[in-house]
Amino acid sequence: MRRRQIVLSLAGLAGAAAFTLGLGAWRTRNRSVHNPLLPLPLTSMDWRLINHVGQEVTPADWRGRPAMVFFGFTYCPDVCPTTLLDIADWLEALGPDADRLTTALISVDPERDTPDALANYVSHFDPRIIGLTGSVGATARAAADFRVSFKKEPAGDGDYTMNHTAGVFLFHANGQFASIIDFHEDRRFAVPKLRRILA
Amino acid sequence: MKNTVLALSLLFAAPMAQACETFTIGDISVEHAWSRASIGTDRPGVLYLEITNNGTTDDALTGLTTPAASMPMLHETVVTDGIASMPHAASVPVPAGQTVVLSPGGFHGMLMGLTNVLKEGETFPITLTFEQAGSLDVSVDVLSMRVEAAACDDAK
Ligand SMILES: [Cu+2]
Repeated sequence: MRRRQIVLSLAGLAGAAAFTLGLGAWRTRNRSVHNPLLPLPLTSMDWRLINHVGQEVTPADWRGRPAMVFFGFTYCPDVCPTTLLDIADWLEALGPDADRLTTALISVDPERDTPDALANYVSHFDPRIIGLTGSVGATARAAADFRVSFKKEPAGDGDYTMNHTAGVFLFHANGQFASIIDFHEDRRFAVPKLRRILA
Repeated sequence: MKNTVLALSLLFAAPMAQACETFTIGDISVEHAWSRASIGTDRPGVLYLEITNNGTTDDALTGLTTPAASMPMLHETVVTDGIASMPHAASVPVPAGQTVVLSPGGFHGMLMGLTNVLKEGETFPITLTFEQAGSLDVSVDVLSMRVEAAACDDAK
């Protein structure tokens, strides 16, 4: 099984390389808006979103706590459950220390991800995961602060999916950006990165 | 009508883990077909499975149909420069003598327009179309939302 997955991963890499050409063109156009830098410190961000229980949240609310933040959308059956399952797994590995961490999913699909939609979604993974959403403008503001890209992609019949930055961003308790955990990164690397921001 | 078909198929659902069953047509065999339980029917469902080509001719999975979804599609999750997207895949190549896996973070069946809630422990039928081998009916096991692979003794 494992070996077969590796074979498939290699096939995936080839596909990814082919896809880079198309996506590259799109990224270049957006680069003038989004400087390809690392996320701002949380203390320099100024987004304002609504959490899954309907309360307003700003970066100031996270002051003094290390944070793990990622972007996604709940109408995504593959990448987002995979990331959420990875995160639930890391939180479990951290044990009680994980309670000192702010863990948040920021939706890139605010049209469908209402606070209620987020609430019934994140509850299936770990109760410590906060869902955040807002207007399209508020979402764009947050994405810009994190240097995150997102884009609506038609999927036929009026339906759509979202392309979005898939990494998980880690911040120290003082708000400084610490590191990124890449999509589906091995927990042998992910959990120590989390321990570093909890230290 | 579709709902009746699905209801009938669910009647035949065995309590055993069907994801471990192997379905074969010609040189193609499919196993570990599974999906995740859905929250309602608004969000798309997912399909994962493992295809082995035991023959000497390359084949490809070119389509899906199922009473469980009005618009099932083949997708491939691709992460490029940190950005995840899941473009439509016209087909999934299954080269001679190889096994190809549809698994989290890679190729997957995207079940858009779910006709029923996918409930953990149930199964639903799906018809896979292969370029060479033709059509194959497979039973898909609905597993928990928190599962990342089918649990079969031979899956290690
Ligand atoms: Cu998909």
